[in-house]
Amino acid sequence: MTAIALLHARLPRIAVLGAGHVGPVIARVAIEAGYQVSIAASGDPEEIELIVQVLAPGAEPRWAAEAVEEADLVVLAIPLHKFTTLDPSLLDGKLVVDTMNYWPPVDGIQEMFEDRRYGSSEIVQRRLVRSTVVKTLNHIGYHELEDERRPRGSPERRALGVAGDDPRAVDVVAELIERIGYDAVRFDRLSAGRLLEPGGPVFGVSLHRTEFELAVRAEAA
Amino acid sequence: MTATPSSAAPVQFPLAFGLDTFGDVTHDEDDRPLSHAQTIRNIVEQGVLADQVGVDFFGIGEHHTDDFPLSAGDVVLGAIAARTSRIHLGSAVTVLSSDDPVRVFQRYSTLNAISGGRAEVILGRGSSIDSFPLFGYDLADYEELFEEKASLFAELVKGGPVTWQGKTRASLHNQDVVPHTEFGPFPVWIGVGGSPQSVIRAARHGFSLMLAIIGGSPLRFAPFSQLFLRALERFGRPPLPVGVHSPGHVDVTDEKAREEFWPRYREVIRSVSKTRGFAIPTKESFLHEVGPEGALYVGSPETVAQKIAAHLTALGATRFDLKYGMGGLSHQALMTTIELYGTQVVPRVRELLV
Repeated sequence: MTAIALLHARLPRIAVLGAGHVGPVIARVAIEAGYQVSIAASGDPEEIELIVQVLAPGAEPRWAAEAVEEADLVVLAIPLHKFTTLDPSLLDGKLVVDTMNYWPPVDGIQEMFEDRRYGSSEIVQRRLVRSTVVKTLNHIGYHELEDERRPRGSPERRALGVAGDDPRAVDVVAELIERIGYDAVRFDRLSAGRLLEPGGPVFGVSLHRTEFELAVRAEAA
Repeated sequence: MTATPSSAAPVQFPLAFGLDTFGDVTHDEDDRPLSHAQTIRNIVEQGVLADQVGVDFFGIGEHHTDDFPLSAGDVVLGAIAARTSRIHLGSAVTVLSSDDPVRVFQRYSTLNAISGGRAEVILGRGSSIDSFPLFGYDLADYEELFEEKASLFAELVKGGPVTWQGKTRASLHNQDVVPHTEFGPFPVWIGVGGSPQSVIRAARHGFSLMLAIIGGSPLRFAPFSQLFLRALERFGRPPLPVGVHSPGHVDVTDEKAREEFWPRYREVIRSVSKTRGFAIPTKESFLHEVGPEGALYVGSPETVAQKIAAHLTALGATRFDLKYGMGGLSHQALMTTIELYGTQVVPRVRELLV
């Protein structure tokens, strides 16, 4: 077994759902971090083959059901209005990374997400009853995700929040964030993901770990 | 598969340089906003000057807000057409999803008639979404609206009777749509801000690709040019040009251009940051954007020319449209940018890319 194959054997396999603005970028940085990645849109993998070849070389275009079946970790990188039509049973038993945002001025009003007592990822979790949802990557622009990566220990390394109720799931996702090139700031409740949402203190802002922690602490206080 | 390697494609098209405006409201000497009417009359003057100084294209981006009152840009382009003879005129962009493709074709086909074949259309969503509620469309239907309407528009520009069926508009059966174009189809582009599916769509319909790069490293768009060429090949279409649309401001020195642009840019982005999700710029982030790795073309003619030349080369693009103006700048400052762009920046880029 080669060193790379060994690495693959240890890292969780990732399925990225969505081949739009965000999906191929996440696939690319995850591949470069050493993960095995498949990518699926709503239809035939043939339709996204060219996109994957050029934008996320090394990722495997699949049907969504197959990609999810073989994955340990599923990244939701679809527009939120498409989530409302996604069959929850597709994701049963899976660790799901929710990168989506509810952002009515840009994407229009979604009734399912209008209950402001909950963060959008909590509503996602309530719909995906048999999945474990972790929120991250929603608060960095897809166009920044590649450029702003830095090695561990770099003084320029940006922090990203990782929020979820299941500590082991948070660990797995935090490790992904760290390997991609960001400091993971952990939150032990999915409800804390509200701090990462549009209009919140860290949304779209490039902050180092200490600045990030200060910003969320000030907001939570 | 064709025998021509993809890398040969960019050189097949002549270089072309445009100016785009969103009709950003300009201010008078006392820094008070001019009326919408005066802003629009000034844009006619700006378009005429662009023609006089040798710019190849003048584009108006559809917007529907108090800050950007250019909701009927084609009418303004008609006025510019009547006073010019050389410059191409078009939208940058037309929000096709909330418009009727038949009407868009009719308006630009009319502009094409007035201007003697100088009309172009850039289709897209733009980053502003005000037209959706205004015309009664649901943003959640954006994809389907754009896909269907782009396919109808592709039929319309071919000329001849159109037969089309879809869900977003009444069907057409062997329908003659007038006015007919005089010299065949006018150029159509799709403006793409980051969606690879839009790149594929442009190739499928045989539309050219306009990369809208308004922040971050322009180089990250290089794979999109490659994707476009590969997709054209796959659909059996001949190569088509790739263009770049980016914001900027030109004055005699780097310092003067930056000092004028920065406070206006900061205010405009600050005011739209809540709704569009842009981070509020800092002086540091601004200086990065105006530097060689950023997406703002702000500076002296030499600085801006060097940056355009480098990015066109890196992106395999042959067309560059500078989006000039930023809410609060004066009409005079915009006229200076246009003049320097036409007389100094464009000739210098051509020289650099020989």
